[in-house]
Amino acid sequence: MRITFTINGVERTEDVEPRRLLVDFIRYQLALTGTHIGCDTTSCGVCTVLVDGIPIKSCTMFAVQVDGRTIKTVEGLKENGQLHPIQAAFKEEHGLQCGYCTPAMMLVGSKLIEENPNPTADEVRWAISGNLCRCTGYVNIVKAIQSAAAATNG
Amino acid sequence: MYPRPFDYLVPSTKEEALDILAERGDEVKILAGGQSLIPMMKLRFASPATLVDINRLPNLNAIEIQNGHVRIQALARHADVVRSEVVKAENAAIASAAPWIADPLVRNLGTLCGSVAHHDPEGDWASVMLAVGAEVVAESRERSVQSHPGSDAQHVGGTRVIPIEDFLVDMFATALHPTELLTEVRIPRYARGGGDYQKLERKIGDYATVGVATHLELDDAGVITRAGIALTSVYYRNLKVPEAEAVLVGNAPSEGLFAEAAQIAKAACDPTDDVRGSAAYKRDIVRVFVERGLANSLAKAQG
Repeated sequence: MRITFTINGVERTEDVEPRRLLVDFIRYQLALTGTHIGCDTTSCGVCTVLVDGIPIKSCTMFAVQVDGRTIKTVEGLKENGQLHPIQAAFKEEHGLQCGYCTPAMMLVGSKLIEENPNPTADEVRWAISGNLCRCTGYVNIVKAIQSAAAATNG
Repeated sequence: MYPRPFDYLVPSTKEEALDILAERGDEVKILAGGQSLIPMMKLRFASPATLVDINRLPNLNAIEIQNGHVRIQALARHADVVRSEVVKAENAAIASAAPWIADPLVRNLGTLCGSVAHHDPEGDWASVMLAVGAEVVAESRERSVQSHPGSDAQHVGGTRVIPIEDFLVDMFATALHPTELLTEVRIPRYARGGGDYQKLERKIGDYATVGVATHLELDDAGVITRAGIALTSVYYRNLKVPEAEAVLVGNAPSEGLFAEAAQIAKAACDPTDDVRGSAAYKRDIVRVFVERGLANSLAKAQG
């Protein structure tokens, strides 16, 4: 099936088998490997991408479903060569250890601070509750997202 | 993990979707949020020959008051239910349960109607729907059929409204015909009432270790006129407990009455020992949650 979609600001048309999962389509067909595969069972959230601005688990959506839609992956966060505030904050606050959950955490965080300019720690924890970090790094992840909110929204 | 190959169809109108169902029936699975169906397809527990994606159908995501009930349509996501002002104002049990469905990412795609149609025996929504006395609306294409050549044509199809207790037949089995699309659930409105959902889970997004939905309606004198109690993950399917509801109806609410209902629910359930806890532990959580849920429901009804 032929689908047309926009990914990280670029419109593309691709042929894809209906059963192709969105995460594999992004990684293997579009060669954007910043989106990770973790559990592959809708549990861990490391495959999170934004579809029409909404964070979803790309292991639990078929690529054909994004026909006509807009996708953002971690590769699409930086703007004009500058790190997105969420990326700068994860760097500054050391919001990562192994980095495996980080692209998903940053995408969820970037969405949160768009909707909530000044999230409390509890609100951040609630927002990332579908995303697992196994380095026990939540403290710095929460700090990074709050810091990015402050940097973005003053 | 990959599903078997399937035909992928994307109807752009409800009529088109119903036509596909009328033609292909049994071999079809409907894709709404996909948050239960796609994992099952990946495990090949489900291998539909045809997947009908209803996400492009217009006018199917409302949560609104209509003809004396709250209707939640097939494409309303869990996240929409969490945010809905109609739900907050109209039904305390649904409002209480919504933030505890799965996790935020799954809530962005998964739908309440899909959860009810899927009828996972450990799903939360079916218990809530049982407690609040919901109805399910199923639509199919109206058409004339002949049972054999030369016989009189019979008219079949159209819209069916099915009480939730009749709809939930057995685990992963519902009263939905292969040619029908679940288009909405309807929840009766109440003048004075409240509800609650208590859920114990090991982590966000896990199945409930124990879930308890409660619902109470009161008359002007404060007497209970309607009660709903339904349990999740402590029976082979979602379990409504009419015996516990019956002791409440017609009486003034009290701690003693709630404790009695809780004991009945504890006796009615039949949990299993598993990684989430022992059967004895889960039974006692049922008792605690029924008492707590009824107290919360009452407070909301009186508030």
